[in-house]
This record gives sequence, C-alpha cells and structure tokens, in this order.
Amino acid sequence: MDLAALLVTPFARLTELGGLLLVIPLMLPVVGLLLAPLLRGRWLGGGLLGRFTLLLLLLGLVAALAVATAVLTGDEALKYYLGGWLPPLGVALKADGLSAIMLLLSAVVILAVGVYAQREFQVPPDASETRASLVFWMLLMGVWAGLNAAFLGQDLFTLFVALELLTFSAVPLVALDGRAETLAAALRYLLFALLGSVLYLLGAVLFYGTYATLDITLLAERISGEPALPPAIIAAAALMTVGLLAKTALFPLHLWLPPAHAGAPPPASAILSALVVKASFFLILRLWFDVMPGALTPMVAQILGGLGAGAILFGNLVALRQARLKLLIAYSTVAQIGYLFLIFPLAARAESAALTGGMLQVVAHALAKAAMFMAAGLIAKALGHDRIRDLGGCVRVLPLTLLAFGLAGLSLIGLQPSGGYLTKTLLTAAADGTGQGWWGLVMQVGGLLTAAYLFWVFGHVLFAVPSTPAMPLKRPGRAQELVVLALALGALLLGLVPPALFDLVGVGRAGLEASATVATAMAGAFGWSKLWGDVWPLLVVGLLVLGMLPWPDRPAGGSPRPATTSLSVSGHWAAVLGTLLEPADRGLRQWPVAGLSFLILLLALAAAISTGA
Amino acid sequence: MNDPTLFGLCGATLVGLGLYGLLCQPGALRKILAFNLIGSGVFLLFGVIALRGGGVLAAAGRGIDGDPVPQALIITGLVVAFAATSIAVALLLRLAETSGRTTLENEAPPAPSLPGERASRPDGES
Repeated sequence: MDLAALLVTPFARLTELGGLLLVIPLMLPVVGLLLAPLLRGRWLGGGLLGRFTLLLLLLGLVAALAVATAVLTGDEALKYYLGGWLPPLGVALKADGLSAIMLLLSAVVILAVGVYAQREFQVPPDASETRASLVFWMLLMGVWAGLNAAFLGQDLFTLFVALELLTFSAVPLVALDGRAETLAAALRYLLFALLGSVLYLLGAVLFYGTYATLDITLLAERISGEPALPPAIIAAAALMTVGLLAKTALFPLHLWLPPAHAGAPPPASAILSALVVKASFFLILRLWFDVMPGALTPMVAQILGGLGAGAILFGNLVALRQARLKLLIAYSTVAQIGYLFLIFPLAARAESAALTGGMLQVVAHALAKAAMFMAAGLIAKALGHDRIRDLGGCVRVLPLTLLAFGLAGLSLIGLQPSGGYLTKTLLTAAADGTGQGWWGLVMQVGGLLTAAYLFWVFGHVLFAVPSTPAMPLKRPGRAQELVVLALALGALLLGLVPPALFDLVGVGRAGLEASATVATAMAGAFGWSKLWGDVWPLLVVGLLVLGMLPWPDRPAGGSPRPATTSLSVSGHWAAVLGTLLEPADRGLRQWPVAGLSFLILLLALAAAISTGA
Repeated sequence: MNDPTLFGLCGATLVGLGLYGLLCQPGALRKILAFNLIGSGVFLLFGVIALRGGGVLAAAGRGIDGDPVPQALIITGLVVAFAATSIAVALLLRLAETSGRTTLENEAPPAPSLPGERASRPDGES
C-alpha cells in the first residue's frame, strides 16, 4: 500500500478525472500537429519555442503516467464514452493494463526521440529552413496520435482509422531525406501496409455484417454466446490477422521492413522500429485475447508461434550477414518481432507468464531498439558512414554511444537483469510448463545468434584496423548521447523494477498473476551457477565470432568469393550459410512471393480456425 | 439472384481483381489502382450489408429497411482511401522525378555497402 500511496500522490488531481483522462493522450498530439505549421520548423527544433515540442511531449508523459497510475491503483480499466453515447451507437475509449503500458511506453520513447531530434533537425540560424525540419515534427505528432488512438480505441473502425493515421504518418518519415532509394522503400512500405489495412477493414466489415456492432466488448459477448463461429467470422478473423501481420512485418511478410527502417533518418527509424510495428501487434492481441478469446485454437496458436520462431531464426541469421549497421539493426527487429508471437502457443495454458513475457518483450525491445537506432545514427553522423567493416577505432571517438549500443544489445541477448532476460525466462518457463520445450530452444538459439552479431560489430569496433579519423565529422550533442544511454539503461534495468508494478499487465483481465511470475523469475536470476550457465554459451559464441573476423568479402554485385579467404572453420560455415540465406531473403522479399505467402497464410489460418470451431 | 447476393459477388470480384493486381503487377501505379479496386470492393460489400437492413437501429425497433451506420463508415473509409492514394501517388511522382523508376521490383542494391577499395586493402588478420 505504501508503494501505491507513493504512486498516487503526484497524480491525485489528474486521476480524479477518471475516464476523461483518456482524452488527454489523444488531444495533445493533435494540438501539436495543428500548431506545428504556425510555429515553423525553425522554432520547433531548438530555440526558445523549440521547448514547446518538448513541453508537449512531457505533458504527454505525465498524462500517460496518470493513466497508468489510475489503472493500476483502481485495478480496473478506465472507460470513456464519447458524447456520453453508449455502444453500439456510441464509440468507447478504454484503457486496460495493456493499453496503459503501451501509452506509457510510447510517451517515453517519443520524448526521448524528441530530445534527440532537437539537434538532428535543428535549422542553423543563417540557413534557410528545410522541409524535413518542419515535417518531422508534424509526422512525429501524427504517429503519436495514431499510436494512442490504436491503444485506446474500443471499436474496430476507430482502430482502423488509428492504424491508417499511423501508417500515413510513418510512411513519409521513411522518405524524409528524399533520396530515390528511401522513396522506393517508403512506397513499398505504404503499398504493403495498405494491403494489410484494407484486409483489416474487410474483416471489420464482416464482423459488422454478422453481429451489427463494431464495439469490442459487445462483439466479445456476442461471439462467446455462439455455439460455433459462423463462416463469415472465420474469414474475418483470418483476414484481419494476416492484414495486421503484414503491417507488423512478421516473417515471411517482412519485405518492406529492412529498407524502410534502415533508410529512414535515425530518430524516425527509432520510432518505426520501437513503436509503429508494435501497434499492429497490439491489435492482433486485442483481436485474439479480447474479441474472440475462445477462437484461439491450438492450430492457430501453433501457426503464429511457428512464424515467430521462423522470424527469430531467419531474422537473426540474415542480420549476421549485413554489411551496414542500420540494416543489421533492422533485421534484428525482424527477429525480435518473432518473440512477440511466441505468446500465442503458450497463452492457452500459461497465460500469466506468456502475456507478461510478451508485454515485457514489447517494452524491452522498444527501449533497446530505439537506443540502438539512435546510437547507429550518431555513429553514422560522426564517421560519415555505417559500414561495419570500417568501424575500427570508432570507440575512441564515441565511447558513450558505443557503451549505450552495447548495453541495449545485452537486453536483446537477454542477460540479467534486462527486460529481455525476463521475457526469455518467462516464455521458456511457460514453454517447459506446457510441454512445448521447442519454443524455449528457439529462444536460446535466437539469443546466441543475437550475441553473435553484436560480437561481430564490437569485434570490428575494437579489433579492426583503425580506419576512422581520430576526429569525428560531427560531434554528437551531449543530450543526444545521454538520451540514448538512458533508453539503453531502461531496457537493461527493466528486471529490477518492483514486481508489484507488473500487475499492470493483468488489470482488466481475469486470472493474471503478473507480479508473482516476475518475482519468481527474478528470484533465481543472480545465483552464480545461473549467471555462469547463461554466460558461457555467449563466451563460446564470442570466441567463434572473433575467430572469423576476416569475413569472406563479397564484391558488390558479384557472386560470393569462395570461402578460401576465410581463415577459420566457423568463417567457412558462415560463408556457406550466407550464400544460402541471402538469396532466400531476396526471394522472400519479392512481391509475388510475399503475395503468395500472404495468401497461403490466409488460407492456413482460416483452416486452422475452422478446425476448432 | 437477389440484389444483396449480386452486389456481394461484385464486391468479391473487385477484391479478387485488386488483390491479384496489387501482388502481381510490377508497375507501382497499377498497384495503387489495384488497391483502389480492393477498396471499392470492400465498400460495396459494406453497402450490401447496409442494404440488407438490420443493425443497430433494427435492434432498437426502428429503421428496418436499411441500416445507416455502414454509410457513415463508408464515407470515412473513402476519405482514408483517398488520402492513401494521394500519398502513394505523390511518393511515386517524386520517385519517378528523382530516379526515373516506376516499379518496385528490382530493389536498388543496398546503398554504398561494400566499397571497392576494400579489395585492394589486405584484410586485417586478427
């Protein structure tokens, strides 16, 4: 109770607002969006008025904290009905525990990105204003509004509009610098995302046609009363799920993600990777856990989990082959999205561990990945490139940035006490507990592969021939470095948060014991044998990777050189694997192939749902 | 065949045509048009659902002959689809201006990834 009192006091006045509180996170970004053209980019990125953006972002953080406090201490979901009209005629907003976590997370990450971008998009006093310096702030606010609406909406159509607002703000962020390759990446992203959202809309239409409502709570009531799912609902569920998977870029539908996330300016990449893909994942959670909890048949769960496992293995292996730091991080996102989908096969019998682990992964990955993309941005700014092979000696130039990069990496690997560790422990325990040990194995392999590419990067940073200038082209701002470090530390220290706070996951959801599961997972985390057991495989991987530092060079455009340039056995096998993987990845990212996987997934999901119906 | 079935089948055909175009046509403009076809199909389907009647007002005992809610949603959906199309066309125009490309098939090689000068430099043997 002491903790609760401590939490409530600063927000007492705000939490008294009750449901009305939910309007604030929706209103603030829209106010910012409308005021931005008046204030002009020159003033938004720095200067006295530049504090306006940061003030708005800070207010957003306070509102999100207030919502989280109100939800946690009240132990029930906050609801707000627009205009006082109840569904099915009216539209409801609702914040349960999951929404509160996502609101808070996006407020934190967007604030950090805002601080970072103050310098990135600053207009020098003697220069004329550029397009990016204004548009970035408007799009940032647009993304924020879309995210908050997606987390709070309780109506399938509101959620559609929120998703579209999010996509339309996220796509131009990719092409902010106007180079041809980023324009192509943005167009590719937009078209694939549109395919996803139009199928989502088709699903929503079918839901309306069957049950004459779009409200999630009412739909859940009407669906749970049915003896068997009607065919229209089976089709709707399959369409919506696959549409949202395309927007989440789950393997094998990841064709748009790597070029888009790697090509965007660093603060935009951070937002896209940390938050934007999570919004559509959040809607998948809503669909399967809130709208139709009964329909999550074992087959559906295994399909989704299998795709997740494929993403973890494939994404990590392809990441290992990347020559550019930002592309490596983008493929790492492809892999990390996979962990989120392991929730589904585990949730049936270990819901507490699965959902808590999944939400922890959302938070830990968002913090760590935002930190990594922004750190990569600082490296690229300082060196003028982000080729991993030429990173030698950059630790002298950017010690703090590389420290942050490494700490964020520890969370991705899943070392104590990071959020990644908790995710992995909870999900592995759930997998073992439900007799599905193979998911745990996939996570172990994924962690080792993650370690491999981080060792690969740091091997070059520390041991490669110093080819970077002793002086950076552009020294990063102190605030930029600190904000990156803060995000990385946030991901790393997530496991040390008092377990009672994790109960937020279970608010508005019956029978979840999040704090107990987290406390159990953390209890044994720091024993020597446990620590050693987690660290020695990483050391082996590290030695293997460092042993193959002279990686077989692949001349641009040509076929891979024979593996003879490689000096070690591990290097040879890596080269063989690479020649297999890269064509596979290129093939999967062709439109017709992606389209085919799309349709196959659609049919497989529909068949899987109907087996249980 | 009654009206709802006919229009429903039309909607399904449009969605199918659009899906094929979006996935298989190489040209970006054709993909954008195909997306609009899918959108029209979905809206037509929604219109059919309205035509069929029922819905919220019918449950309340009013408005048996037609349901107004889908029409409101269709209008919102049209606005969204229009916005999507204009963003896509703007991106495509800019892409064509800067690089002359109008397809998305052959992805540009991953930027200046492995520079040629590496070949001349001996690999650092650790």
